[in-house]
Amino acid sequence: MVLVLALGDLHVPHRAPDLPAKFKSMLVPGKIQHIICTGNLCIKEVHDYLKTLCPDLHITRGEYDEETRYPETKTLTIGQFKLGLCHGHQVIPWGDLDSLAMLQRQLDVDILVTGHTHQFTAYKHEAGVVINPGSATGAHSSITYDVNPSFVLMDIDGLRVVVYVYELIDGEFSTIPAGRAASGAELCTMLQEVRARPHRPHEGEVGPTQCERVEPVSGCRSSLH
Amino acid sequence: MMADGHEDEEKWLAAGIAGLQQNAFYMHRALDSNNLRDALKYSAQMLSELRTSKLSPHKYYELYMRAFDELRKLEMFFKEEARRGCSVIDLYELVQHAGNILPRLYLLCTVGSVYIKSKEAPAKDVLKDLVEMCRGIQHPVRGLFLRSYLSQVSRDKLPDIGSEYEGDADTVTDAVEFVLQNFTEMNKLWVRMQHQGPAREKEKREKERSELRDLVGKNLHVLGQIEGVDLEMYKETVLPRVLEQVVNCKDEIAQFYLMDCIIQVFPDEYHLQTLDILLGACPQLQPSVDIKTVLSQLMERLSNYAASSTEVLPEFLQVEAFSKLSNAIGKVIEAQVDMPTVGVVTLYSSLLKFTLHVHPDRLDYADQVLGACVKKLAGKGKIEDNKATKQIVALLSAPLDKYNDIVTALKLSNYPHVMEYLDNETNKVMATVIIQSIMKNKTQISTAEKVEALFELIKGLIKDLDGTPDDEVDEDDFKEEQNSVARLIQMLCNDDPEEMFKIICTVRKHVLTGGPKRLLFTVPPLVFSSLKLVRQLQGQDENPFGDDTTTPKKIFQLLNQTIEALSSIPAPDLALRLYLQCAEAANDCELEPVAYEFFTQAYILYEEEISDSKAQVTALHLIIGTLQRMHVFGVENRDTLTHKATGYSAKLLKKPDQCRAVYACAHLFWVDDQENMKDGERVLICLKRALRIANAAQQMSNAARGSTGSSTLFVEILNKYLYFFEKGNPQITVASIQSLIELITNEMQSESTTPDPATDAFFASTLRYIQFQKQKGGAVGEKYEPIKA
Repeated sequence: MVLVLALGDLHVPHRAPDLPAKFKSMLVPGKIQHIICTGNLCIKEVHDYLKTLCPDLHITRGEYDEETRYPETKTLTIGQFKLGLCHGHQVIPWGDLDSLAMLQRQLDVDILVTGHTHQFTAYKHEAGVVINPGSATGAHSSITYDVNPSFVLMDIDGLRVVVYVYELIDGEFSTIPAGRAASGAELCTMLQEVRARPHRPHEGEVGPTQCERVEPVSGCRSSLH
Repeated sequence: MMADGHEDEEKWLAAGIAGLQQNAFYMHRALDSNNLRDALKYSAQMLSELRTSKLSPHKYYELYMRAFDELRKLEMFFKEEARRGCSVIDLYELVQHAGNILPRLYLLCTVGSVYIKSKEAPAKDVLKDLVEMCRGIQHPVRGLFLRSYLSQVSRDKLPDIGSEYEGDADTVTDAVEFVLQNFTEMNKLWVRMQHQGPAREKEKREKERSELRDLVGKNLHVLGQIEGVDLEMYKETVLPRVLEQVVNCKDEIAQFYLMDCIIQVFPDEYHLQTLDILLGACPQLQPSVDIKTVLSQLMERLSNYAASSTEVLPEFLQVEAFSKLSNAIGKVIEAQVDMPTVGVVTLYSSLLKFTLHVHPDRLDYADQVLGACVKKLAGKGKIEDNKATKQIVALLSAPLDKYNDIVTALKLSNYPHVMEYLDNETNKVMATVIIQSIMKNKTQISTAEKVEALFELIKGLIKDLDGTPDDEVDEDDFKEEQNSVARLIQMLCNDDPEEMFKIICTVRKHVLTGGPKRLLFTVPPLVFSSLKLVRQLQGQDENPFGDDTTTPKKIFQLLNQTIEALSSIPAPDLALRLYLQCAEAANDCELEPVAYEFFTQAYILYEEEISDSKAQVTALHLIIGTLQRMHVFGVENRDTLTHKATGYSAKLLKKPDQCRAVYACAHLFWVDDQENMKDGERVLICLKRALRIANAAQQMSNAARGSTGSSTLFVEILNKYLYFFEKGNPQITVASIQSLIELITNEMQSESTTPDPATDAFFASTLRYIQFQKQKGGAVGEKYEPIKA
């Protein structure tokens, strides 16, 4: 079992003073094997903080990042999955799923993680997944109104990945869609399990739906505690 | 020389111990055979070893302890003798036959102890006799140890209240009298040490004295443990007598140690009730006494006492502890003219901590303390002593720590005046502490007035003090502190738009004085703070009654000027991003002219300031991405802006970048949810133009490198064709897609093409996508059906 933390668009200190304390107390060093960050941290302090959580840190460049050496896109393989990372301001129209799907084909990845819109989304596309972990600080966005802080944890186990989203609503962890709140630290939403396509090239075995919004499955289980 | 002295001392000690042990051996033998006369003879000889003057206090103590152990055995023997019927009075007489005074007095104390126990005479008489007799030894070290022995053996035999030695004639007053007398004598001996021996050995002597201090202090411990010393007696007898000795001895070491001892040994309640007396002594101490430590200890103890129970608080009010302490501190500072600044500040810092603990509700007290401190600092200019500035930081941090709320500290009118005395560097440190306190406690600063006061406090971070930029600041430190200011700006907010607007104006006024280096850090948070307010006001109608209320328009005007300030750095990349953010916000507020103005500013920057090709690519993505989202523009404005953007795209340096920007521009003519923005023709024009550029890119590559390079651009364009095809753009035909697929297939098979697995995978994936769409069936499936992949 490998835990991957996906987050982005923190915009510290331009739009938020820091990560929410609740996130910080949850994200303890040593539990997470990889961090993938879509960008807009924006300062080195945040980079250093993430590094303390997990030394295996992958970052792409957001348009406000102080560090200009982050790459525009990045791919990496974890378990049987190929992951792609991109901030997303380069993909026009912003947040448009069909355009992101093109990037996903271009990077040839199973899971594409992007940001920029500050809105948490997870879509199953063909047989891959497009995830936007939202803004980890709930930073103001011109694209999305009323942003809640959120991040995503992926539990990758060989051919299987379970995606959890953690969102703070009114300072409390909550499920998505809102209203089905669970309690305590186990508050996360387990999204649908996604099975990896056995590695490519492979044709014909794709699911029946395209662009399906991945719905929360049930109350949850916490992978961190 | 020193080593020799040390070795000699070891030798003397060894000789002393040997002599002592030898005589002790004979003494034991005499004791075993009940031979009193021999026992006394050998014990006196044994004790003669203590007559030495050659040992330092440390070594002498070693010798003393051995003798002490032996004396315990002798005391047991005396007790046995007394039990067997030997008269203690006789014994008391008998031991006085010892030839030397020191052994004689040790033996006398030993028998005296048994004498009191036997109750054959009133304890007070024996004690008085002993304490008087001990005057016979005036050598400081020998005298101190002898009296220490007396104190030790008499401790459990004092006529204290409830003790078995209390009686008609023996009262606690006698016990106190005895201890006080012994204490006085011991202190005299101890002080006298300072004046004996050559002046050059002063340091060594002071060290030796400090080794002996606990012998003297022990008496105060004993006093503290006497049950009968109630507040009344403490106030009337004990404290005045002890203080009298302390003041009169005029010895710095003794005064400091004993004052400290008094504070530690006696109960807090007593201190509180005798503050006048205790504090009254402070200004009378030698000017060199470290009075600040003493008083700080006292105030700390009293604070803890106050914290121990709410029931004791009325006592503090009743005795007016705060004003007494405050007065005393003032007097001490006056009395000790040479007191360094650090001492002054430490005193006020302790007093502040005291009042914060004891009277948390009396903010005026805290302000008084700060005010008094300012008065004492007046005329000293910026404090340069490192320790003193540290203390000022401690002083200023105390209210923050106590209230966990800067808002309370902002009410302290003297707070900024104290900060004036910090040098620029420490001023910054203090400002950082203030910011950290705000961040830690998540304090919202919610009025413009408080924001103003806060910025006054942290001005060291906001601008160059004294008008001169400090070039020596480490770049990382500078970044860190400016980032903390940026964080702080997030905490300055109010839900009421009017007040929030005032806050923004106040922040803006201050940060704009920061100079180019700081603007880079402070402008973005200010802009986003303002944009949040815009979002809040969005959708509200303009106030028809006048322009006094806050409107998005007003905020945008301010924003425009704020971002403009970045040109002084210059920071065109950042400014461009911020203009675009504003443009989008103006779009959401349906303010076309405002949005157009912001776009114009962004374009001007793009054209005139951004020259790095990589920066151009990113800037252009942001321009196109933002423009794509704009719905507020009428046809004319929109045409101007899209036309420009397309023009910029085609002028990028690298062909692939050109190609990508141009096909991105296609989205400017086709917006999904807006019927009036679906210009299929112009989409196609963009895509065809992108194709031409991709072709040119290949040809260039062919000419330059002999191979056409990868065909990834074609695959990207194919995906864009599919995108618009699927969206129902009638200009994108199956035939055009088909020919593009063929083109790519040919390209890939061509020998001049460099094999590129990534492009192959991309293409395969695209074809798979087509397949996937076909299989989906329905309208989409039908649409895709004719395409042959």
